[in-house]
Amino acid sequence: MTSNGWFQIAFFFVLIVASAKPLGSFIANVIEGRKTFLSPILGPLERLVYKLCGIDPAQEQRWTQYTAALLAFSAFSCILLYALQRLQGFLPFNPQHYGAGSVSPDLAFNTSASFGTNTNWQSYTPETTLSYLVQMAGLTVHNFLSAAAGLAIAIALVRGFARQSIKTIGNFWADLTRSTLYILMPMSLIAAIFLCSQGVIQNLHPYTVVTTLEGAKQIIAQGPVASQEAVKMLGTNGGGFFNANSAHPFENPTPLSNMFEMFLIFLIPGALTYTFGKMVRDTRQGWAMFAAMSLLWLAGVVTAYHYEQNGTPILARNGIAVQASATQPGGNMEGKETRFGIADSALFATVTTDASCGAVNSMHDSFTPLGGLVPLFNIQLGEVVFGGVGAGLYGMLMFAILAVFIAGLMVGRTPEYLGKKIEQKEVKMAMLSLLILAACILLFAGASSVIPFDKGSYWNPPGPATANLTNPGPHGFSEILYAYTSGTGNNGSAFGGLNPNTPWYNLTIGVVMLFGRFFMIIPLLAVAGSLADKKQVPVSAGTFPTHGPLFVALLTGVVIVVGALTYFPALSLGPLIEHLL
Amino acid sequence: MQQVADALKRGKRARPLFDPPIVRRALIDSFAKLNPRTLAKNPVMFVVEVGAALTTVLLFQSIAAHRPGWGFDFQITLWLWFTVLFANFAEAMAEGRGKAQADSLRKAKTETFAKKLVNGKIEIVPASSLRKGDICLCEPNDLIPGDGEVIDGIASVDESVITGESAPVIRESGGDRSAVTGGTKVLSDWIKIQITSNPGETFLDRMIALVEGAQRQKTPNEIALNIMIAGLTLIFLLACVTLAPFAQYAVVSAGAGKVPGLVVLVALLVCLIPTTIGGLLSAIGIAGMDRVMQHNVLAMSGKAVEAAGDVNTLLLDKTGTITLGNRQAVAFLPAEGVTAEELADAAQFSSLADETPEGRSIVVLAKEKYGLRGREISALEAEFIPFSAQTRMSGVNMHGRAIRKGATESIKRYVLQSGGVFSQAVSEISDRISRDGGTPLAVAENGRALGVIHLKDVVKGGMRQRFDQMRTMGIRTVMITGDNPLTAAAIAREAGVDDFLAQATPRDKLDLIRREQASGRLVAMTGDGTNDAPALAQADVGVAMNTGTMAAKEAGNMVDLDSNPTKLIEVVAIGKQLLITRGALTTFSIANDVAKYFAIIPAMFTITYPPLAKLNIMRLHSPESAILAAVIFNALIIIALVPLALRGVKYRPLSAGALLRRNLLVYGLGGIIAPFPGIWVVDRVLGILHLA
Repeated sequence: MTSNGWFQIAFFFVLIVASAKPLGSFIANVIEGRKTFLSPILGPLERLVYKLCGIDPAQEQRWTQYTAALLAFSAFSCILLYALQRLQGFLPFNPQHYGAGSVSPDLAFNTSASFGTNTNWQSYTPETTLSYLVQMAGLTVHNFLSAAAGLAIAIALVRGFARQSIKTIGNFWADLTRSTLYILMPMSLIAAIFLCSQGVIQNLHPYTVVTTLEGAKQIIAQGPVASQEAVKMLGTNGGGFFNANSAHPFENPTPLSNMFEMFLIFLIPGALTYTFGKMVRDTRQGWAMFAAMSLLWLAGVVTAYHYEQNGTPILARNGIAVQASATQPGGNMEGKETRFGIADSALFATVTTDASCGAVNSMHDSFTPLGGLVPLFNIQLGEVVFGGVGAGLYGMLMFAILAVFIAGLMVGRTPEYLGKKIEQKEVKMAMLSLLILAACILLFAGASSVIPFDKGSYWNPPGPATANLTNPGPHGFSEILYAYTSGTGNNGSAFGGLNPNTPWYNLTIGVVMLFGRFFMIIPLLAVAGSLADKKQVPVSAGTFPTHGPLFVALLTGVVIVVGALTYFPALSLGPLIEHLL
Repeated sequence: MQQVADALKRGKRARPLFDPPIVRRALIDSFAKLNPRTLAKNPVMFVVEVGAALTTVLLFQSIAAHRPGWGFDFQITLWLWFTVLFANFAEAMAEGRGKAQADSLRKAKTETFAKKLVNGKIEIVPASSLRKGDICLCEPNDLIPGDGEVIDGIASVDESVITGESAPVIRESGGDRSAVTGGTKVLSDWIKIQITSNPGETFLDRMIALVEGAQRQKTPNEIALNIMIAGLTLIFLLACVTLAPFAQYAVVSAGAGKVPGLVVLVALLVCLIPTTIGGLLSAIGIAGMDRVMQHNVLAMSGKAVEAAGDVNTLLLDKTGTITLGNRQAVAFLPAEGVTAEELADAAQFSSLADETPEGRSIVVLAKEKYGLRGREISALEAEFIPFSAQTRMSGVNMHGRAIRKGATESIKRYVLQSGGVFSQAVSEISDRISRDGGTPLAVAENGRALGVIHLKDVVKGGMRQRFDQMRTMGIRTVMITGDNPLTAAAIAREAGVDDFLAQATPRDKLDLIRREQASGRLVAMTGDGTNDAPALAQADVGVAMNTGTMAAKEAGNMVDLDSNPTKLIEVVAIGKQLLITRGALTTFSIANDVAKYFAIIPAMFTITYPPLAKLNIMRLHSPESAILAAVIFNALIIIALVPLALRGVKYRPLSAGALLRRNLLVYGLGGIIAPFPGIWVVDRVLGILHLA
């Protein structure tokens, strides 16, 4: 573990801390419809959108209406993406002439569920499957909209805490429009230009064919990469333009672009904690969230960095230098890019799974067992460590509700959070969402570890589902567990080592992505509706303080304990035993 | 004195935690409660019972097939049943204490006869035939046949059957001491009562039903907690069920060991689900009600006790709660040219025949301060002038001395009328006393103003500390008084309450409660009069005094049988204690799981993946013993925590932050650590006994 490595990690953290307040207040202003410095330019555009779509932004919705709007919007956009993929052969911007043949129905379903839920799991190799039109008009557009929807939901939940005795939680269409127009679009534009400056490509050229020095022929994929790359990180989407994702030099060419991309992942989720504090009129509450998230992030990155830098006993036994030196990075460099090295790869892996991003700049499958446990466990915690755009905040608020409920009783009052009594309905909904997540991950991973297929089965090639694995033993199990964890958690990163492009995996992972997104969101919006309707209990000395270090420790503890208790048996048969073997 | 009496009574009422008859009955009830229909109301324990039933079936299969190792299955099965029984026992114990109380109350309900008045004639009828509106006569040694209002007469009544207080109380018509309770006994004199409730609906009936728990409904917080632990149970069910395919994958890929059997998976499940809180939850609730009962407060619902813990604002009547019932003389302030002794002497003479508490306190003060002994009234040949509304004075005429005492204005008028001089100093002293919240009482002799007696409301000892405690608990205290704002402010300052409502009418009280509630606060109050009824009904916690009117008792959600308004403070503490106990045991229960994983998971896969033994950090000596030790520990912890559940976690009046820090450390961190040595010890014992 080098001082340069520590410096990179510290520098990254400073960037996130510094941007939380300015961006957080900007988001709060935008979302509450106040004037900002962008209003003169984007205001007319916003009003035009409302006019064209017949939206009255002042028309508030109850939680049921808000949810219905969200579901209708997601369903419609997913169906559109499905059609776009299947029909790509008839549509323009397709220099490589990809047709419906490269996108099977199950794959198209998986991909549209994946991008519609902000997961961006990719069962396919983009550069040999999809036309530029699908990448731009399908995937990139979804990158914006699914992130904006996540942000809208988080804001709706925060409104539940901020309001009292009101039946409505905002207008979904207005929240969606404002998030896209004022927050995601301008920032993506700037980010894309910056990425171009680092060497990320942006063109519509056919693929380049070159002859290498050895005289071999090589096809180099091209495309409108920068425009997708920016929002891929900013919207915590993570779906790569290329199969190699952020390890590809055209997506992430330099250490600076790497730092910038990681910064983009945490930028909005970090700022949203401040938005939350500002909207509930107590910024300390927001900073408490920020602190709890930071602690969990730090624990993850230190663990991953430690185990990656120290390699494994097997590496050491085989005479590989695990010590970092002036000329050698040491440690476990398998599956990592030399231009990023160990610290920035471990940091990237932690950040991308803390958030529900799923972009990767190294192969998680090649991490040491405990190094690879970090991204896996991060997702299993529910991606509440800053988390996805909006998703991280609403997930963490759900844990806050649980933490307050479990321990809040110990101050001798019925639990309350931010002046709202946590009662039957809130607990029921929070438990429901936890339960759905655990069920999706465990049941499908369980099925895939034992299910066999007949000859001629539609679902999978004959033999056990585990035949799709490239690694035997506990590592193979980790690969299956990771796939369903990533899908359910709407992360989208792949451990690798598993061929998921068969109907069995495409359809089951597609389903868990939809469940993981919407069965989390619906209960949470119900909570938002119930909270908004409640009176606010004034703070007194008898109130459980939710802004101090004690609450931060409690919240962190509950997140870890709930995650560990649910997944310990599974993890012990995967990464833990692999480490001990 | 009051405190001593309270303490005595509490000592008498409090039963030992494990009263042998109660324990015996609870043991029997624990088996009766195995009925799945009863148990289904408790999702966690129901899962344990289903698991135990499942392992029982598997056990018989093993025995029938002569499979080796059924001894292990037998022990697991046995301990799973124990787990259910222990939880049942906890609940039965909590209920048993209530039942024992109900039994003693029922004895008061023996069939009695009533002297019913029909057209002025007495008819002897069975008490059970009385209906609302009937009028009865009760004479010495009669049991009062039903709940009623005294409409005529006055009597001393022994209410010990209800209150446990042996000193008789006075019941008379009119005012706030007119309610009588069926089953109590007239000791002297007579009263005529009008029956106010039909048979089966009397206060005693309701009380029996309440303490027996017949009307016990789950409280909102209990339901929410049940949902959470049921959710956790489902999550752990998923974790255990999916462990089977995960294990199969592991066994196939390692080519060693075997998939853990159903018995082991059930054992793991039972260890993980929150059985500690699941088993004790209803006992905690019942015991909370019971604790309120032991303080001689009758809570109409568990919800009311729970709400007491949440109270933000406490409305306390000044008289009787904050101050001793009456004003007392605290100083003699003479006018110029008069000595304090002269004033005291005159004041004492004027008060000798004054039987009011104020009058008596003047005699006592003169005696204590100036050694003036109370003189024999008859020896003085004195003529006493009683207080009249016209003169607003009282006094004495003797041996040429005419002494008068009264409100300063009245005395001034009296002095000036009789041609005397009313010194400016007396007016000034009076004003000063009024400003400080006291009551001035001027004294004049033979047309000369001697000075002023300072009467003062005396704040009960220790009240200030209690209010300070309330403040640290985040509870605002508001004093309610009929006094003028000046007096009220002074007393409020002295007692240390946060706020006061002066010249309060019942309407003002109701408005204050509504105002507090509108800003999200929960309000508790005490009251006794019929005019308190609307406010009692509006308050979140309304404690009616037992001496109060029936209307007040109907309106409140608690009745204090001792009629001690200070008790509200204890009720709040009990409510908080109830919630803390629930939170503490929930946290403890979940925290316990960490150690259980470390015991069971390595034991399950030790053959498939031998290196997993490194996770066996407790060094448990065999896989069987590890699993068994975890199950046994899990069962024993329930029984070990029964006293805590029944008694409640000790409540300390601290701020929320300090309380949380303490309890998190004890029950959270303690809950993580405690099972490690616990399971280790059980494992050793099993080894020594060669049980595993």
